[in-house]
Amino acid sequence: MSDYSASPLLLQAEGLKLRFGGIIAADGIDLSLHEGEHLAIIGPNGAGKTTFLNICTGYLRPQGGSVRFENREITAQPPRQITRLGIARAFQIPQLFAEQTVLENMLLAVSVRERHWNPLRNLHAVPERREMEGLLELVGCSDVRDRVASELPEGKRKLADIAIALALKPRVLLMDEPTSGVASADKFDVMETLMNALRQAKVSSVFVEHDMEMVSRYATRVAVWAQGKIQTTGAPEVVLNDPDVVRNVIGG
Amino acid sequence: MSRKSLDAFPDHAVSATAAAEAPWPVRRRHREKYAMNKELLAFIIVAVLLAVVPFTFGTSTTFIAMSLAKGLAVLGILILLRAGQVSFGHAMYFAIGAYAAAFLSSAFRGIDMLLLIGAAILASGVAGAIVGIFVTRYRGIFFGMVNLAFSMVFYSILEKAFHITGGSDGMRIRRPTLLGMELKRAEFDIAIYYVILLFALLSVWLVWRYLRSPMGEALRAVKSNETRLEYVGLSAKSVLLGGYIASAVLCGIGGVFMGMVQGLATPEHAFWTRSSELVFIAALGGPAHVAGAFGGTVVFEAVRTYAAALLDDSWQLILGVTLIVIILWAPGGMVELFRRLTGLDRAKTLTPEAGR
Amino acid sequence: MTPNFAVLALLDGIAYASLLFLVAVGLTLVFGVLGILNIAHGSLYAIGAYVAATLGQWLVANGYNPWLTFPALFAGATVVGIALGGMLERFLLQRIYKKDEVLQLLVTFAVFMILENLQRMIWGVQPYFMSTPLNLLGNISFLGINYTAYQVLFLPAAAIVVLFALRHFLRHTAIGAQILAVTEDREAATSIGINATRVYFMTFVIGACFAALGGALATPTTSLVTGMGANMIVLSFAVAATAGLGQIEGAAVSALMIGVARAFAVYLSPELEVIMPYLIMVLVLLVKPNGLFGKDTARKI
Repeated sequence: MSDYSASPLLLQAEGLKLRFGGIIAADGIDLSLHEGEHLAIIGPNGAGKTTFLNICTGYLRPQGGSVRFENREITAQPPRQITRLGIARAFQIPQLFAEQTVLENMLLAVSVRERHWNPLRNLHAVPERREMEGLLELVGCSDVRDRVASELPEGKRKLADIAIALALKPRVLLMDEPTSGVASADKFDVMETLMNALRQAKVSSVFVEHDMEMVSRYATRVAVWAQGKIQTTGAPEVVLNDPDVVRNVIGG
Repeated sequence: MSRKSLDAFPDHAVSATAAAEAPWPVRRRHREKYAMNKELLAFIIVAVLLAVVPFTFGTSTTFIAMSLAKGLAVLGILILLRAGQVSFGHAMYFAIGAYAAAFLSSAFRGIDMLLLIGAAILASGVAGAIVGIFVTRYRGIFFGMVNLAFSMVFYSILEKAFHITGGSDGMRIRRPTLLGMELKRAEFDIAIYYVILLFALLSVWLVWRYLRSPMGEALRAVKSNETRLEYVGLSAKSVLLGGYIASAVLCGIGGVFMGMVQGLATPEHAFWTRSSELVFIAALGGPAHVAGAFGGTVVFEAVRTYAAALLDDSWQLILGVTLIVIILWAPGGMVELFRRLTGLDRAKTLTPEAGR
Repeated sequence: MTPNFAVLALLDGIAYASLLFLVAVGLTLVFGVLGILNIAHGSLYAIGAYVAATLGQWLVANGYNPWLTFPALFAGATVVGIALGGMLERFLLQRIYKKDEVLQLLVTFAVFMILENLQRMIWGVQPYFMSTPLNLLGNISFLGINYTAYQVLFLPAAAIVVLFALRHFLRHTAIGAQILAVTEDREAATSIGINATRVYFMTFVIGACFAALGGALATPTTSLVTGMGANMIVLSFAVAATAGLGQIEGAAVSALMIGVARAFAVYLSPELEVIMPYLIMVLVLLVKPNGLFGKDTARKI
């Protein structure tokens, strides 16, 4: 796998610390994402990986450390500002606008991106509609395009969530277990299409993942999370074969 | 070419052009246009009917004028309902509109009606912005109750500041001129009727468009998923504030019209019972369609007027019981009422626009 | 402002705060346990007051021992709380627990409309007086100022008793523990055998009794007029919200703050009197959006 350490530094977390009462969610996280990378974060459940994403996107304020995006300090800025800067997020539990159709979810996202604030223009008449329909096709949600989001089956909810994030044309996409909930038969197709699309659109990504096959195939780098810290990072074939990692994270 | 103008022409004449221009399948476009045509037709019919009222049902002119004025306020409540919020205090802005006109008309005799309307818009807009900045931090219970608290305080001030506001007697609103013309009583009644009708029709159209625009759809998102809204880059608070100010202005316009028709602004305009009526009409008549704000108000006022002799003393009682009965035993069940309440009747059709 | 006035205002404030606390604690208790903000709470206050007044007037008019008006206050409040509160919960609220927040609000608002109307139909619009209990207790001298014993001693005592009784009830009795458990986690509580339905019922009735008691105890101090229910719901909401909805001990603190502030406003600048409680609420909420003692809402992601 190629080494991206020479390409521009996009996202950088330094020394992030956060504890909730007695629980240490982050104990000095150092992690960086370079342009073109697809960084997988693996680690035991409940170890705080989602909390890390929450901190990076401003949903939580760290008690120490900083987050930088394209060398700009973004620590503790609100999610809406960070999103506007170019970091989009797909959630572990899909966050959709439940009362609107999948397409409307996308159109709303793109309207924010393009700043369509004319109160007389119909949401469905925005010029990016074709682009959104294409995006839905890409993630395999065309068949549920006009379904109300609250009525979607589990697998489609995940995909729709990712589609909304992609609609924002981000520089960085943060995904929390992108294929969980997707039918096993479809997982590879989905990941394959997704990753191709990301590469084509030059979107770098960080994804939390439990499926090691996905990790080995699609990650350009792997970070191992344990006890509130990043224990190791490295190329997938190295990290995934490390006996300590196998014992503590993958095996058992 | 705007879609609205396309729809004004008969189907066969435009279908070719429509198919060539529209990016989406012609079959669906026909269905949409058919639905749009029906709505537009109904809109035009009702507008025409209302327009001839002063010459046909002359005695109902003032009644309908007042109903339309109140309907404007109900429209404001509808906007907030779209975001899943209920305000129990919007009568406050109704009163602000009326009192703005009262102050101006007593300071400047013979002032123009349009200036009074402008003043009401300004006053209620500013008040809505000030209160809104605070109130839109909250949702649900807090939102409803803090609005109620503000309105009760405002009511108390109106009542107590006798030397400024005339206390519980209220303030007169002198008959304004219109576009430079001084109007006698009968002429004024007709003139203001048409002004109100114009505003009502205009606001139905504007709010209808607004609710279908990205900002209006964002209001819906405030109710369904604020987190996601923030994560596509929008401030839910700002979206709600925009809707709040729009609703305050609509209530203010309704208030100034009501005040001019009645020639009076009283503290009662701000009392919680007034807010409750607005919420009642909006909750039951409104959400199915924006125009329901006016239809519902007319029906409501008609029932109240004709049953006044029997029911005046128990009006709040009847409203309350009806509201509870509907909420508990709505014909389509709780889900249908709830969806109606928040303005999305998905049971009707999958096509996004038709039937909303 | 002379020291005399200051003491007067303080005493006035404490008396008023006692009543505010009684009503607000019921509202906040119901919210904390059932998750419903009962807008009709203000009507329960008003009806409790009217019933107590009617009862007291009847006793006096029929020549009974005037001291009986005291138990009449409590009896009236209890009857209103149990009867009205019980019926409300059993026949109406039970049906809306699972409904959307907006619908719940609309329902309690509708009940408020109904009760206000009923109250007006039954007792009319002319003011009611029943000051017998107040007169019976006479005046006391406090730092050289005469004040009614009822307001300076009886009311605060009642409030304090209620506060500690409620605390003891919640922390040291079996039913209290059940209430706390259901508040914490309804599902978990039900799964270990607690009857949540019964807990909700009891809590609501207790809250309703407190509201009615506040009204009943307020009766001797003032004349009862229509609109006192509407006034009290926003006031008690302001007190409860300032403390943080669901905070019981906190409600005592905020009741004191608001009561005393309002009393001083009456003496210093009467126009501010009406605004004062809401001014305080707004100021507190600006700094602490969940109230003085409120907890932050849980994260969703």
